[in-house]
Amino acid sequence: MTAPSDTSPLLRVSGLAKSVGSGRLLFAELSFALAPGELVAITGESGVGKSTLLNVIAGLDRPDRGEVIVETTELGALNEAALTRLRRDRIGFVFQAFHILPYLTLRQNVALPLALAGGERRTIEARAGALLGEVGLGDRGDSYGADLSGGELQRVAIARALVHDPALILADEPTGNLDPETAERVLALFARSVRGRDAAALIVTHSSAVAAVADRTLHLTCAGLRAA
Amino acid sequence: MDRLAGAGATLAFRWLLWGEWRRHPGRVVLGVLAIAVGVALGFAVHLINGSALASFDRAVRGVNGSADLQVRAASRLGMPDAAYPRAAVVGGVVDASPVVELPAFVRGERLTLLGLDVFRAGAVTPSLVGVPAEGQEAAVFAEDAVFLSRGTQAALGARAGEEIVLAANGRTARLRVAGAMPGVDDDRRLAAMDVAAAQLRFGRLGRLDRVDLKLAANADPGQVRAALTAALPSGATLSSADAAAESGDALSRAYRVNLSMLAMVALLTGGFLVYSAQELSVARRLRSFALLRTLGLPRRGIIAQVAVEGLALGMIGAVLGLAGGYGLALLALRLLGGDLGGGYFQAAAPVPVFAPGAALFFLALGITAALGGSILPARAAARAAPAVALKNAGDVIDPRSPAPWRLALLLFVGGAWAAFLPAIGGLPLFGYLSIALLLAGGIALMPWLARALLDPLSRRSIRVPAVDLAVRRLRGAPGQAAVALCGIVASTALMIAMATMVASFRGAVDDWLGQVLVADLYLRLEGGGSLDPAAQAQLAAAPGVARIDFGRQSPVLLDPARPPVTLIVRPISPAAAQGTLPLLTPVAPAPLGAIAVWVSEPAARLYDLEPGEPLALPLGGRGARFVVAAVWRDYARQHGSIVIDGADYDRLTGDLGRDEAAVLLRPDASRVAAREALLARLLPELRTTAAMAEPQQLRRLALTLFDRSFAVTYVLEAVAILVGLAGVAATVSAQTVARAREFGMLRHIGMGRRSVLLMLGNEGALLGLVGGVAGVLLGLVLARVLISVVNPQSFNWTMATLVPWGLLAGVVVALVAAAAGTAVLAGRRATAQDALLSVREDW
Repeated sequence: MTAPSDTSPLLRVSGLAKSVGSGRLLFAELSFALAPGELVAITGESGVGKSTLLNVIAGLDRPDRGEVIVETTELGALNEAALTRLRRDRIGFVFQAFHILPYLTLRQNVALPLALAGGERRTIEARAGALLGEVGLGDRGDSYGADLSGGELQRVAIARALVHDPALILADEPTGNLDPETAERVLALFARSVRGRDAAALIVTHSSAVAAVADRTLHLTCAGLRAA
Repeated sequence: MDRLAGAGATLAFRWLLWGEWRRHPGRVVLGVLAIAVGVALGFAVHLINGSALASFDRAVRGVNGSADLQVRAASRLGMPDAAYPRAAVVGGVVDASPVVELPAFVRGERLTLLGLDVFRAGAVTPSLVGVPAEGQEAAVFAEDAVFLSRGTQAALGARAGEEIVLAANGRTARLRVAGAMPGVDDDRRLAAMDVAAAQLRFGRLGRLDRVDLKLAANADPGQVRAALTAALPSGATLSSADAAAESGDALSRAYRVNLSMLAMVALLTGGFLVYSAQELSVARRLRSFALLRTLGLPRRGIIAQVAVEGLALGMIGAVLGLAGGYGLALLALRLLGGDLGGGYFQAAAPVPVFAPGAALFFLALGITAALGGSILPARAAARAAPAVALKNAGDVIDPRSPAPWRLALLLFVGGAWAAFLPAIGGLPLFGYLSIALLLAGGIALMPWLARALLDPLSRRSIRVPAVDLAVRRLRGAPGQAAVALCGIVASTALMIAMATMVASFRGAVDDWLGQVLVADLYLRLEGGGSLDPAAQAQLAAAPGVARIDFGRQSPVLLDPARPPVTLIVRPISPAAAQGTLPLLTPVAPAPLGAIAVWVSEPAARLYDLEPGEPLALPLGGRGARFVVAAVWRDYARQHGSIVIDGADYDRLTGDLGRDEAAVLLRPDASRVAAREALLARLLPELRTTAAMAEPQQLRRLALTLFDRSFAVTYVLEAVAILVGLAGVAATVSAQTVARAREFGMLRHIGMGRRSVLLMLGNEGALLGLVGGVAGVLLGLVLARVLISVVNPQSFNWTMATLVPWGLLAGVVVALVAAAAGTAVLAGRRATAQDALLSVREDW
């Protein structure tokens, strides 16, 4: 079920189980690992628990059983404050709906994780500017979200997810709001950026294009995970 | 400790705060203004009150000089001048100065005449001693020499050496201006002359009005007071400048506290407005906050961000409010005087003095209101699960969720309990606590009330989809209705409560005037003039006069720490009392040898008097016994009045003079002719100070004064309502604009733009109706507390409730119109966007 790696994994999930409020079991005994530089796609039908799995891995939701280890940290042992710190320092997020704060400039949006960590203004703005340059929006740092297309917004979101050099990037339908051509360009950028940093990425998607870019694809069903 | 709680994340906070404000400057301005208006009103009223009291205090000390202690006559009849030697020899008293103090008129101007022994006054109250003008040195000890304060000189335009005619105690005398009183403030109107000359010329032989005392540096004031009390003749009381100032404070304290409370209402409404704005802003930003949580901002970081927003709003608003409040105080003092039209401090001409302590207090209050309005929404935002919030667009409405009511019930029970507690220090503090708790309870009950009112409508089959949708949405999301309405419900409820109280009071005063003004003509002598028995007989025999009742009103001091009560002398008997006075109790028979007096309702409450109980009155020496015959209604004298039969008064005091008369005319008599005949029979020197009026004129004047004294309360209420209406407009508008996606969807499935606007108009109207009904119901409950608890405890009089139905209906209609109009206007903006764009999953 898992793809064993020679190097020590950045994410290890073992025996994970989660049911929803009504008692319906979403998934059980999920185990897999992500190695540095690896992109893994998770596919599955709607309602099977893909996003919940992502939330559990991010520490935004607690599993019923099992453990999640990011680098060497087991999430179950952390309190809320420590989980918050872990997300801030070691995890990056990319969402389907971009979630670019409309009242901040693009540079500020990208720099937000560093600003939340208490960085010095000039340094973090320079870093955000560099990341914007990396995603091809170096000259748009002072623009606002309203000025950008969907593809551009998602590139900003990718820059924000990478700005603090996270070990793990979690993406929930990152191309769900984009047309196929834009989605392809954004995915290529995403994959290049993740691999270039030796980070690991877990992408929840319905899209076959995303699965094609990934190193592995895992299919989530009510019976568990299987390699696609 | 998380680094985010430290200074490290301030940059992120600054970005987030500034970004939000730049995006919605209108909301920031509204929030700042709401707090600024509240702080400005509160601070202005405080400055005005403080300035008026300081001015009154200066006035008291200006007339009293700097005496350590005073022996004062308890009534206008003065005290025997034997009080002076008796007081002077008491141990601990090093010097004593006998004083005659009379209200006087010169050239139509009011002033206070002091008769002083210049040598004694020089030692005890040197500030009152006159200094001769150049060339007038020889006149210092002349019997007709008078010294004028600078204020009096300016008012009269009188110069040294000039002759003036001074009227006091019903007598007139020609006096020569000998110099000035440099120790007296410029704004005080005083005149000083020799004490013996004043006694001789103004009919006060053998009488003094006060004796100023200077105590030894090592004297124990308590012991000196005890010794003086034992030595004093009947009709004299002990007092000090502090006690007189305290009495001035008591004079208007309840009125000032009520004004301050009204100003606080505006601040409270501002706090609610900030709450509405922050609640909406938080609801709109739930996904932003969820993102921030995901990116690593802890829960308390969210709370801190919203709280910092409220703090910043509060600080800016409060600072602006302090500046505005000072300006407002300047303006109000110039236009309305120190009592804002209340009629308490007519002689005082105050200037506002900036009070740093009060400024800090109101600054803190403004910031607290804004912060308080932000904390609840902040906590709600921090509680939201980020994963859920990131997925959900807009608000989550579950029409099955029950509307809360338990907290409201608890607050109502607390409010009812507080209403039954007594006043503290003469102030209805528990009454105000009761109002605050009931108000909070009413607001907490809003979601339940909205659902209860809309339930019957939602069960009906409504054919117009726009109306049906409006009813169902409001019923399903009563919490949102509560957010939109809390400010306006608070201000409307308090406004209706005040309006009902004022209407009841006005109605009661109007009825009372009808009961007490039963004569055809009223005559009154100003400036201490008096009608002796011969003059009374002359008037009684005037053509057209069927009956004439002579009377006298004068202040009597029952307690030096309270303002004097008014002693009213008039013909009255236990048998005929019911027809003479508006009695509130049956007449109790007076024991043999006791003299019956009738006390007003305020006097009965202030001095704890019941019919049949004895009363100590400083009249007729220590042997006279008085008993309360009955309590009567009096709305004219807040500090109490006591009616005594003229014959009893004559016998006890020997003062046969009267200064007012109520005249009943023969049915065929002409009022004009009767007035002329009565005036013609007055002595020439009294004609100029005689005022005659018909009952209609007096009634009109009384009601005009009433309206004037409540004018400021109307202004404060109107401001609170305007702030509340602005809140409704802003909230409804923001809620509507935030639903652009919902409207886009409705238009996709076939609802026309006009129907959407109709739906919004109906929603707005229903919202206004719910707010209006809640405001009116809550207002009527609060009115009961004002009328039955706050008013009797503040002013010591009771009244029946009179509900101003017209005003109530007007308020509800205005609210419905404002909410519906705003909703439609905002809806036009929200539906102007392309329907396709509106449903896009974006923000």
